[in-house]
Amino acid sequence: MLNATTTVSRFGTAAVLAVATLIGANAAQATDITGAGSSFVYPVLSRWSASYAEKTGNQLNYQSVGSGAGIAQIKEGTIDFGASDAPMKAEDLARFGLGQFPVVVGGIVPVVNIAGVQAGQIKLDGATLADIFLGKIRNWNDPKIAALNSGLSLPAGKITVVHRSDGSGTSFNFTNYLSKVSPQWASQVKFGTSVDWPTGVGGKGNEGVSQYVKQIKGSIGYVEYAYAVKNRISWVDLKNAAGNVVAPNADSFAAAAGTADWASAKDFNLIMTNAPGAKAWPITATTWVIMYKQPKHAGQEQAEHRKVAFDFFKWALESGQQQAAQLDYVALPQNLVQKIEAYWASEYKH
Amino acid sequence: MSEAALPLDAPEQRATRDARHDRLFAGLLRACALIVLAALLGAAFATLWGGREAFGTFGWHFLASSAWDPGNQDYGALVPVYGTLATSFIALLIAVPVSFGIALYLSEVAPRWLRTPVASAIELLAGIPSIIYGMWGLFVFAPFFAEHVKPWLTNYLGNNPDDGHPSWVAAHVPFVGKLFASDYPFGASILTAGIVLAVMIIPFISSVMREVFQTVPTRLKESAYALGSSTWEVSWDIVLPYTRSAVIGGIFLGLGRALGETMAVTFVLGNAMDLSASLLDPGASIASTIANQFSEAVGLQKSALMALAFLLFVVTFIVLLIARLMLRRLASREGR
Repeated sequence: MLNATTTVSRFGTAAVLAVATLIGANAAQATDITGAGSSFVYPVLSRWSASYAEKTGNQLNYQSVGSGAGIAQIKEGTIDFGASDAPMKAEDLARFGLGQFPVVVGGIVPVVNIAGVQAGQIKLDGATLADIFLGKIRNWNDPKIAALNSGLSLPAGKITVVHRSDGSGTSFNFTNYLSKVSPQWASQVKFGTSVDWPTGVGGKGNEGVSQYVKQIKGSIGYVEYAYAVKNRISWVDLKNAAGNVVAPNADSFAAAAGTADWASAKDFNLIMTNAPGAKAWPITATTWVIMYKQPKHAGQEQAEHRKVAFDFFKWALESGQQQAAQLDYVALPQNLVQKIEAYWASEYKH
Repeated sequence: MSEAALPLDAPEQRATRDARHDRLFAGLLRACALIVLAALLGAAFATLWGGREAFGTFGWHFLASSAWDPGNQDYGALVPVYGTLATSFIALLIAVPVSFGIALYLSEVAPRWLRTPVASAIELLAGIPSIIYGMWGLFVFAPFFAEHVKPWLTNYLGNNPDDGHPSWVAAHVPFVGKLFASDYPFGASILTAGIVLAVMIIPFISSVMREVFQTVPTRLKESAYALGSSTWEVSWDIVLPYTRSAVIGGIFLGLGRALGETMAVTFVLGNAMDLSASLLDPGASIASTIANQFSEAVGLQKSALMALAFLLFVVTFIVLLIARLMLRRLASREGR
């Protein structure tokens, strides 16, 4: 990170003092940085930006326009950082001179509306979940579901699948998980921000899906964990890659982030669904912040924006994670934060 | 001589100045009109250009294919185009008679003190943003529809009712059974979207109708009444023929809004990219598909969405063309 003290100690000349004064003067009048992209990360970014503005006076303007639009805008260079729920490929990053790093972890949970079934009472595994979303399992009393839920009597109701109608990072991670656990899903539907859903109806946004699931008896959908908690919809426990049934909560999301294989992922290009840890929640997601490795335009203003942006994310990763937890996101594990800061030092030019 | 030249000269100068001003004014007006034309052509061309990749990849197949598969990069416009036309058609089917009733009541039947408040209420309704109708549709109307209307429709008109015995209507009238069959136990559907759209366009159509009904000369109506006509006969034989072209214009104004409506439809249409004969199944419209997918779309998917936008232009153009032809046929039949 570039800050006044290290700059001075490194050079310590009159000229640099003059620059430092200039930077000091700019910081005093507050810098507004702008970002755009993922709506998944929007709640926590706006909470962070309010606290950060209180602390430093620097404002962060974030437009939650969708990951695709965020990537498009950072490529154009009209914003200081983009945020995407899907990682950019290494060759795309290299072509545009961009770098990316995760900032926060969240979980996606299947939610159901079955009479008499409370949150966490019903358990599913990946293959069964995929078969439901493929339209192959059509009734709640299907033997495959019953085999996973001994002791729970499920009604003979029809299953209605609810999915996102809009392109979204939530769908991206959810379908990515289904592709990993179901060969048929991987070959027929594949994964992406929007896919050709074999069955069901589409609700717009997490709100739309929550609303439909609450309205439709016998429905199953998927939302970000915070929405399931907020709207009091029953979620489903899932059997993870290690074969254990886990409940969605901060611990299991953190376990997924901690056990994912970040070491061999260049540019943090790793989708951590179906993580291997014994306690890992299988549909855990992160959002990547995308920034230019070198300033796209020369000039004092751009340098100042980058300085503030890095300072913001350093602060967010080190001290902002408490606030993330209040919003049902999960802090990045300590070893991952260190890895990100090492990545900043080696890849980004200030 | 010089005294005589002065009064002759002044009007001449005046005339040239007027002529210059007239030309300037005409040019200005022409520019205003051309801006509209340029905006229209520009938008149509931009969407066509944006969709060139999709049109190039799929050709005519794009129009006939019901696929919309981002995973396998296969796109077709049939589902959204059908959804757009079906919802708008249902909306017109409901909105036109209701609007006609409202306008007729307000201009012919209602007591004078009631006319102004109801007319202002209708204009207020026209000003409500569509997202409000969408939320009302999602939170209030769709649950009501699923609870009270849809079961009745599927049981009495559908060919796949809960008790397994199709009603007489479903068994004997072709297509009806298919139109009202549904496995989905909830309210979002093509019919729901059509009804919400109808509520949205009724204010437009009825206020236009009311305005033009008031332009019918009193002596025509009173002559008819004097000959012993009932209110209905006056409305149907005097008021409506007198205002026919304006009424059709109002209907197509409403239709134009229904075809392009985005947010309200997105909330209550169910957003399923499947082609279904049933009006009670979820569907997709052109505008809702674009609104849903545009922000996250890249490459061929983005191009396919642009192609859809171009098709919306084409659909609207064809609909307006049909309206023009209808008007012309009416005019020639009346010998005008």
